[in-house]
Amino acid sequence: MSETVRTDHVIDITDVVCPITFVKVKMALEDLEDGQNLRIHLNEGEPIQNVPRSLKDEGHKVLSVDRKDDGTYDLVVQKGGLSA
Amino acid sequence: MSSTLTNEQIERYSRHIILKQVGGKGQEKLLNGKVLVIGTGGLGAPAAMYLAAAGVGHIGLVDFDVVDLSNLQRQIIHQTKDVGKPKILSAEETIHEMNPDVAVHTYHEMVHAANIRDIIRDQDYDFIIDGTDNFPAKFLINDACVFEKKAYSHAGIIRFQGQLMTYVPGQGPCYRCVFPTMPPKDAVPTCRQAGVLGVMGGIIGTLQATEALKYLLGIGDLLTGFLLTYDALTMTFRKIRIPRNHDCAVCGDHPTITELIDYEQPSCDLRTH
Repeated sequence: MSETVRTDHVIDITDVVCPITFVKVKMALEDLEDGQNLRIHLNEGEPIQNVPRSLKDEGHKVLSVDRKDDGTYDLVVQKGGLSA
Repeated sequence: MSSTLTNEQIERYSRHIILKQVGGKGQEKLLNGKVLVIGTGGLGAPAAMYLAAAGVGHIGLVDFDVVDLSNLQRQIIHQTKDVGKPKILSAEETIHEMNPDVAVHTYHEMVHAANIRDIIRDQDYDFIIDGTDNFPAKFLINDACVFEKKAYSHAGIIRFQGQLMTYVPGQGPCYRCVFPTMPPKDAVPTCRQAGVLGVMGGIIGTLQATEALKYLLGIGDLLTGFLLTYDALTMTFRKIRIPRNHDCAVCGDHPTITELIDYEQPSCDLRTH
């Protein structure tokens, strides 16, 4: 499903833990325009539980979540207008 | 444009970056920010420490004095081992230990008419914090900031009281709009004569640092056009609206003060009542 979604930027946050995961995602989104998409590669557990929720709280739209064979996830999020 | 923050900086400032109103770009503004703190005493000590912790990239410190044992009750940037050391050096050491991202610029002198504009221009500071304890310096800083078109935070503390206001060029009153002239000699005692609760500088100085951070970030509402007063005994804050005085001698429509004045240092004793 996510294969069909256009992504404007990709970020890998499998090397950091919460809350730096979300901090890095936030900073990547700052560099995008509203409506542009960010693909996030992240770990299972805390990151996949917290990052999508935090993104929704800040007004972004989670377009897709794909679980990889190695247990990591690929998330595509569209930047919303609410983020400062 | 991609962020220039290192992984270590992202972690250090993560609680800032996670704030919607700050973010990575806001933190970069702070790291590129330049704040001059005049006086590293009761007000300047906590103000400089919080600015340093926040990652304000350039902090200027002006003080002619050395650390005295009687300072340590409130001037928390200085430690017992620092007694006798110039305050700017003691403060610089504390800041370096706290945050290596901060470049400290020191000025071991008292501000007066002949040097203050050069000090402000030295690093082209964005914002100035008045942490001084006497009226000649407060009027001097105000007038210099008006002439140099620099935003600054005025503050004063004594006993259990404190006050502050923020001047932004062209956007509100200056200190002289509210207090046109120096109080008469012997009318107002200094902290040395009257005493001050140690925490007062922490409360008011930290509010000054807050104004500096908001100014650098371009967020929120500053205390421009307002005087905030605090009474620790009654635990009361009052925010008093103060208008710009179009007849102000320094920032008014037809200013009569066009150069800096070195007022005489007051030499009063505490009034008894």
